[in-house]
Amino acid sequence: MRNTLTIARKEFKSYLTSPMAYVVIGIFLVLTGVFFGTSSSTYLETSIRGVWDFWGALFLMAFTALITMRLIAEEKKLGTLELLLTAPVRDSEIIVGKFLGSLGIFVVILLLTLYYPLLLIIFGDPDLSPIGTGYLGIFLFGTTCLAIGIFASSVTSNQIVSAVIAGGILFALWFIGLAAGYLPEALGEIINYFSLSYYFPAFISGIVDTRGLVYYLSITVLFIFLAIRSLENSRWG
Amino acid sequence: MIRVENLTKYYGKRLAVDNISFNVEKGEIVGFLGPNGAGKTTTMRIITGFLAPTRGEAWVADYNIMSHSLEARQHIGYFAEAVPLYTDMTVRSYLDFLARLRGLDENRIKTRIDDVVEICHIEEYIDVIIGKLSKGFRQRVGVAQAIIHEPEVLILDEPTIGIDPIQVAMTRQLIKELGKERTILLSTHILPEASMTCDRVIIIHEGKIVAQDRIESLSSIVAGSKRIRLEIEGPSKEIAEHLRQIKGVAQVQYDGSHYIVEYPTKQDLRSKITETIVKGSWPLLSMESIQMSLEDVFLKLTSEEDKRQ
Repeated sequence: MRNTLTIARKEFKSYLTSPMAYVVIGIFLVLTGVFFGTSSSTYLETSIRGVWDFWGALFLMAFTALITMRLIAEEKKLGTLELLLTAPVRDSEIIVGKFLGSLGIFVVILLLTLYYPLLLIIFGDPDLSPIGTGYLGIFLFGTTCLAIGIFASSVTSNQIVSAVIAGGILFALWFIGLAAGYLPEALGEIINYFSLSYYFPAFISGIVDTRGLVYYLSITVLFIFLAIRSLENSRWG
Repeated sequence: MIRVENLTKYYGKRLAVDNISFNVEKGEIVGFLGPNGAGKTTTMRIITGFLAPTRGEAWVADYNIMSHSLEARQHIGYFAEAVPLYTDMTVRSYLDFLARLRGLDENRIKTRIDDVVEICHIEEYIDVIIGKLSKGFRQRVGVAQAIIHEPEVLILDEPTIGIDPIQVAMTRQLIKELGKERTILLSTHILPEASMTCDRVIIIHEGKIVAQDRIESLSSIVAGSKRIRLEIEGPSKEIAEHLRQIKGVAQVQYDGSHYIVEYPTKQDLRSKITETIVKGSWPLLSMESIQMSLEDVFLKLTSEEDKRQ
């Protein structure tokens, strides 16, 4: 546990010292801010739905792919993975630590977006429960994306390749949900269960869907497990 | 302290380390020698747990590197050839991070950081970003991280490569210091380095150990021949010619001031040589037998190995 936290803390700090992270966070906030502004002024919405609907979720996927791409790939490229793998630390502690580090930065960004609901509360009378479940949904969704991102980063030493792999897996998992609508009902429903996009709307509209909870947590655990296996595998090269 | 048994490593189909076994006793400094690509780094990476062996086993401080990997790693300080450093961290935060990973107590971390920066002479750079340091200082930071948790075993992979001669001398001095209380396995392809710092050497070539012994005794292993160096006044060509004619002499070289005579160890030709010189009435100024240098041993061993194949 101590090792995991040591690695998580280091990862979190190195995000804060890298200009790249600030740029990505800045772009992310500008875009979600535009969505929020449009939805609240044009459609007179007093919810955060406008921020996290379709485009917001897609940006979240791109964003997580970008902040996780360096986690393992950079260590491989710089050779510093040798330091970690020869330290008295379990492979699982390395992966979970790095995952928690990126989760930390994600939580900071979510906190930064809290001023959208805050504005709603000051200037309007929003229904708070869908905002709460919405943030729970976004948190779960983002966590899943980060786990997929760290797995992608563990299979390559090239950060761009990592981002492309993560983006590929995420978009595939997202779009099978959209494609499912065009398939025969029974098949479509099965495919929907595996889709990242299927459970998201419920959370945004104020429902805590336990199936969604189970789905996001299982996918997260699965990809963290795969990332650990992939790291172990690098010893057999 | 380090025990390696029948270690073999394949990278895909390429054989990198071929069934090697050796021991390093507590308190020894052992040189691990071989040309580039001989398998030194691979062997060290297996001992430190970075790579898994294809076959064979190894123990560090009596912990098996596969079944008790974490305990084994706890006892190792490793300086990797590539000098892996987080270039966006300061020296202090880098050392702090690695000290924590190796399980140092909160209150010991600070004193150990102070200790190692002093030992490695990097006090003034402790708050500098590593990316801004020169190669030589990065090397020292690499050494500092290897010793921060006071490991019993140090594995140093080419610690003096690519730094200037003064720093090389300092690093060697440091290794000798460290070797007083620790067990060290030091890889290098710079032979004088091994003869200066090591008690014993292991020579590896194309993944196989071709020799392992104390440096003094190594020369006699290859030996077969003995060399003496002579300083003689007089006409060099004639003297060399006379020396060559002595029965048993294999080779005579003249380098402008000294003659080097080589002959098989089985017979001692020294008296015959002096006889010849006295007969020619040339004044003999000096005569000494010379040890084969580690270079000679090394070249001989590795080239013989090549011939055999």
